Amino acid sequence: MTVYLLCFALLLVGVYGVLTKRDLIKIILSLGIMGYATNLMIILFAYKNGAIYAILTKANSLNGKPTGPMVDPLPQALILTSIVIELGITAMLVAMSIRLYEKYKTFDITKIRRLSG
Amino acid sequence: MKQNEGMTLIVKTVTRVSVWLIFLYGIYIILHGHLTPGGGFAGGVVLALGFLNIMLAYGRKYVEGWLNIKLMKDIESSMATLFLALGILGMSFGGGLLANFLSKGELFRLLSSGTIPILNILIGTKVSMALFVVIYSLAVLHIVKGGEK
Amino acid sequence: MILPFFIIIPLLAAFLITLISGDNDNWAVILSVLAVVSLLLLSVFAFISTQDQTLVYETGGWQLPFTICLVQDALSCFMLIVVSLISLTSLIFSVQYIRRKEPCWKYYALFMLLVTGMNGVIATGDIFNLFVFMEIALFAAYALVAYGGKAEEFEASFKYAVMGSLSSTLILIGIGILYSATSTLTMAKIAQVLPQKDPALVNWIGGIFLAGFGLKAAVMPFHAWLPDAHSSAPAPISSMLSGVLIKALGVYVLIRFFFNVMGAPAAFMQIFMILGSISIIVASFLAIGQWDLKRLLAYSSISQVGFIFLGLGIASPLAILGAVFHILNHAIFKALLFYNAGVVEMFLGTRDLRKMGDLRKAMPITSATSMIATLSVSGLPPFNGFFSKLIIIIAAIQAGLPVYATIAIVGSFLTLGYFLKVQRYGFRGENKIEKPEIKIGWGMRTAMIILAALCLITSVLVIPGIREVTLGPVVDVISNKLNYISLVLGR
Repeated sequence: MTVYLLCFALLLVGVYGVLTKRDLIKIILSLGIMGYATNLMIILFAYKNGAIYAILTKANSLNGKPTGPMVDPLPQALILTSIVIELGITAMLVAMSIRLYEKYKTFDITKIRRLSG
Repeated sequence: MKQNEGMTLIVKTVTRVSVWLIFLYGIYIILHGHLTPGGGFAGGVVLALGFLNIMLAYGRKYVEGWLNIKLMKDIESSMATLFLALGILGMSFGGGLLANFLSKGELFRLLSSGTIPILNILIGTKVSMALFVVIYSLAVLHIVKGGEK
Repeated sequence: MILPFFIIIPLLAAFLITLISGDNDNWAVILSVLAVVSLLLLSVFAFISTQDQTLVYETGGWQLPFTICLVQDALSCFMLIVVSLISLTSLIFSVQYIRRKEPCWKYYALFMLLVTGMNGVIATGDIFNLFVFMEIALFAAYALVAYGGKAEEFEASFKYAVMGSLSSTLILIGIGILYSATSTLTMAKIAQVLPQKDPALVNWIGGIFLAGFGLKAAVMPFHAWLPDAHSSAPAPISSMLSGVLIKALGVYVLIRFFFNVMGAPAAFMQIFMILGSISIIVASFLAIGQWDLKRLLAYSSISQVGFIFLGLGIASPLAILGAVFHILNHAIFKALLFYNAGVVEMFLGTRDLRKMGDLRKAMPITSATSMIATLSVSGLPPFNGFFSKLIIIIAAIQAGLPVYATIAIVGSFLTLGYFLKVQRYGFRGENKIEKPEIKIGWGMRTAMIILAALCLITSVLVIPGIREVTLGPVVDVISNKLNYISLVLGR
C-alpha cells in the first residue's frame, strides 16, 4: 500500500510543477514527471507475489509452458505505448517553446498573454 | 570551442572507436526482440542516440556532410508504409489486420515467430531515423533574438 | 469486413503523402481528396447495411477476449458519416486557403492523421486502443493549430497541448485503475464484470473519466483551452476541431462509457444535466461580450455542447434523439460559420467585428450562407437547429424537469441574441466595403453551398417515417444500455 501512496506523491509533485512554475521548460519537465508516476503505477499493478519475469527461456519452461507463476505482461505493453506517446508530445512541446522564445523573447509564461478574454 | 566544431580531440578519438559498439548493441536489441526484453522501439532509441553521439562529438557541420538527412526522411516514411503494407498483407492471408501469417518455427531460435522480427526491424529503423531527424531539426533552428509584433 | 479500412485508408494516405510529395502539393491534394471521398462512400454504405445489427472485427487473428476488437453498430456508423462529411468539406475549402501562404504537403499529412485518429476512436471496442488513437488525433490537432506561424497561434497551441496532456494523464490513470479492477481491456467484458465490483470504486473511475474526457469535450469547468485554440487556428482546422473533434473525442466516448459500459447511473446523469446547463448559460453570456468573430463562435461551440450534455443527462429515448440529432446539426452549421469567418478574414484581413461593414454586395454567397447558418443555430423553423432544440426541450418537460427546460429556452434566446450581433456588425454594418480583388475559388464556394443545403435537408430526418430508419437505430444502441455486452460477446 505504501508503494501506491509514494506513486501518488510523485504525481502530486508533477501537478504542483505544472500549476505553479513560471518557466516553460519547467512545465514540460513536470508533465514528464506526471507521466512517469502514471507509468509506475500501471506497472505496480502487474506484480504478483512470488512470480518471476514474464519471459519464456529454456530455464523456466517445460515443453513451451511456463513452470511457476509469471507477472502480468499486459501492463508492460501498455506503458511501452504510453512512453512512446509522451516522447512525441515532449518533442513537440520543446519545439513549440523554441518558436515561442523566438516570437515573445521570453520563457516566462506570465508574459506570454496576448490572447485574453 | 565554437558551437559547430565539436569537442576536443580526445572525445573525437574515443567516439571513433566506441560508437560502433553502441550501434551493435542497438541492432542486437532489435533483432532479439522476440526472445529478450526490448524490441523495436528500445533498439531504435539506442541507434538514434548513437547518431546523436556522433553529432555531439564532431559538430553539426560535419554530420551535414557525412549523413544524408533527405535520405533519412525518405527511409522513415517508407518504413512506415511497409509496416502498414505488412498489416494489410496479414489481412489478405485470412486472419485479422496485422495477423501473424508466416510459420512460427521452433521455440527460442532467432528466426522464429512469424512476422514479429520483421516488424521489429521496421519499427527500429523508423524510430531511429525519426528521432535523429527531430533532434537535428531542433539543432538547426536558429534562436533569433528579437520578436515580432 | 470494411471496418479496418476506416483506419487503413487515411493512415496509408498520410504515409504516402510524406513519401511521394516533392516541393509542391499536387500529389498531396489528390491523395487526400481520394482518401476522404472513399471514406465518405464507405461510411454511407456501412450505415445503410448495418441497420440495427452489431458487427465485430477481431484484429490479429486472435479470439475475442484476448484481442483488440473493432465494433460497428449504428452509433459508430453515424459518427463516421459525420466525420467524413465535415472532413470532405474542410479539405475542399482548405486547398485555396492554405495555398495563399505557401503550398506545403505537411498540412495534408497532418490532416489525414487527424482523420485517422478520429476514425480509430469511433470504430474501436477496446479502451486502451481508444487512448492511443485519441493521442494520435490530438497530436495532429496541436500541430495544426500552430500551423500558421504567428505568435498567437503558438501560444494557443502550447496552452492546448499542456491542458490536453494533463487530461490524457488523468485518463491513463483511470484506465490503469480500471484494468486493475477488472483485468480486461475490452469494453464489453468490462461492462460484464463491473456490476460485481465495489460501487465506490466504480464512482471514482466514472469521475476520473468524466474529468478527463470532459476536458476534451469542453464542458464548462474544463473549457479554458477552447477559445484560444479554436480562434487562432486556420479556418478549415477550426471547423474540424469545433465540428467533429470535440464530439468524436469527447461526447462519443462519454456516451460509450457511461451508457454502454456503466449503464447510465443516476448520479452521473444528474451531473451531466448540471454541467450542461452551466455551459449553456455562462458560455452564452461570455459570447455576447466578444468583438472577435472566431472567439465568439468558439464560445458558441461550448454553449451548444452544453445542449448535447443536457439532452444526454435526461436519458429518455426522446432526449437522446435530440442530443444525437444536435451532434449532426451542430457539426454542419458550426463548420459553415467557421468557413464564413475564414473567407471574411482572408479578404478583409481582420477578425474584429467593429471593422467589418456592409458585405452583402461584395460577397453575396458568404453573407447568404451565413444568414442560413445563423437561422439554423438560433433554432428557427424550418432549419434543422429548431427541431433538435425543440426535441430536447419537450423531453425535458416530459421528464418532469421544468427548470432545465427553461434554461434551454433561455439559452436559445441568448444564442439568437449574439448571432444577430454578428449579422448586424459583421455583415450589415456601416462601413463601406468595396468588392475585393481576389475571387473566392470554386472550392470554397462549393464547400459553403453544400453545407448550407444540408442545413435544410437534414431537417427531414425528424419526420417519423424517415426517423425510424436513420436515427432510430442510433438511439436504440444508446438507450438499450447493457445490450452492448451480449451484442459484442455473444458470438
